[in-house]
Amino acid sequence: MKSAPLLQIEGLTVSPVVAPGHLLVNNVSFSLESGKTICIVGESGSGKSLTALSVMGLIPPQLKRQGGKIVFQDQDLTGLTNEQMRDIRGKRIGMIFQEPMTSLNPVLTIGYQIGEPLTVHLGLKGKALKARIANLLEQVGIPANRANAYPDELSGGQRQRVMIAMSIACEPVMLIADEPTTALDVTVQAQILKLLDELKTRMNMGMLFITHDFGVVADIADNVVVMFRGEIAESGAVSQVLKHPQHPYTMALLACVPDVEGKKPLKPIDYAWLNEAAA
Amino acid sequence: MSDYILIARNLTKTYSQASGKLGFGHTEVKALDDVSINLQEGSTLAVVGESGSGKSTLARCLLQLQPLDSGEVLFQGRDLAALSGPELRRERKHLQMIFQDPFASLNPRMKIGEIVGEGLAVHGLGNAGEQRNKVEKMLKRVGMSKADMQRYPHEFSGGQRQRIGIARALVLQPKVVVCDEPVSALDVSIQAQILLLLKELQQEMALSYLFISHDLRVVRHIADEVLVMHQGKVVEQGKVSDVYAAPAQEYTRNLLNSIPGRKAMAA
Repeated sequence: MKSAPLLQIEGLTVSPVVAPGHLLVNNVSFSLESGKTICIVGESGSGKSLTALSVMGLIPPQLKRQGGKIVFQDQDLTGLTNEQMRDIRGKRIGMIFQEPMTSLNPVLTIGYQIGEPLTVHLGLKGKALKARIANLLEQVGIPANRANAYPDELSGGQRQRVMIAMSIACEPVMLIADEPTTALDVTVQAQILKLLDELKTRMNMGMLFITHDFGVVADIADNVVVMFRGEIAESGAVSQVLKHPQHPYTMALLACVPDVEGKKPLKPIDYAWLNEAAA
Repeated sequence: MSDYILIARNLTKTYSQASGKLGFGHTEVKALDDVSINLQEGSTLAVVGESGSGKSTLARCLLQLQPLDSGEVLFQGRDLAALSGPELRRERKHLQMIFQDPFASLNPRMKIGEIVGEGLAVHGLGNAGEQRNKVEKMLKRVGMSKADMQRYPHEFSGGQRQRIGIARALVLQPKVVVCDEPVSALDVSIQAQILLLLKELQQEMALSYLFISHDLRVVRHIADEVLVMHQGKVVEQGKVSDVYAAPAQEYTRNLLNSIPGRKAMAA
């Protein structure tokens, strides 16, 4: 028998408060198992970040969830109060954002910032806290004696490692990563992707990974969800979707990714054709 | 020799940085360390490297937007570094730049027509009517309309703004265009549109591109030759097809192996 998935989203719908008919996320459903990675891909404005923000209960106040269920470990998150959500965020669901510079506080040491969730959620103090911070830094490949460094003393890749250390501090069962490597160099990106994949396997986390890069999808995902104008165009196992796309939008999107061999001609998306194909 | 439109020889540029506990000391960072390039007329030379490798400094130094420590930049045989202000200004209309960030590189208080027409006005090319005509034609060519001339940058998307940036650079009918990461802020679907537009315009206007990028997949598609930079030095250069098929240096190999999805997407 298969156990219930870690996260199950059903019919998630989000729209602006002032325009309830304008659906930014439209009837989105998918599920995520422990130890697996699901990638949401799409262009800007496709609703991929909003979907992730909805899971965390962090959608901006001018937007409203019109319907749908978000079941996380058999608990519907949509019914929870802010107070209850705060207990889940950072503790059972870790988060990593795109911009490592803006997500870290420049006037606090990285050790303090990694320690914050440990104090808030687990009540760690003193020596135990220090030891845990050192351990976390080592896990993400930063020497433990750098705990007193400020964010500006670190490179972009190191800052993103600090963000990862913060997000896994309370040993969450799920990690949400919103374009965590978009701002990084390719070589650093490859290191960070490898680190995330290792941590996911070691801690048996489920990972919800948002990206617009099909190369990253191919490297890290087990399953993929392709979003287009707020809806799921196509979803399935990564090999299936990348090699044998069924939906015209997925095909069009794949056709504009430049390949390393330079054999395939680039083809921009023909939206008029797409509208016809969808109709 | 004569078909090189832009030649740079032995460029060096050093930045001095405050360092030490109180900032009294200083360390020198070599942003360009004996860099030489040859840009063939009508072709695209890509400069790739990680952040801090000196590729943007190279672009700025080639256009004399930043003074060089030493070295010479020959454009059609004339050393740009040795030119006086007014002479340099005259040459500048042949050397244009397309910037990375389509949000930061357009003045928010100017209308599109003014932004694209500014270069024509500065260089005094034609009367007001002719300038308007040129701007209108150029905007049309990059896929914008005449009505857009009266609008402001914030009314446009990232891809549209990049088209405006391209129109601004090309309306002067330059010979060399330096593109500093022109598509790295764009979605892949928009990126494909802009890359194809740049390629078409190169053919139509006989442009030579110096294309700066950190994305090796994009470089593979747009460039004829590639130059790999690391810590201010040229690590490797050659034809794109040769370098990608058989990189001679460990650093280049590592860079190529880091391209996401390389193995999975190849099959």
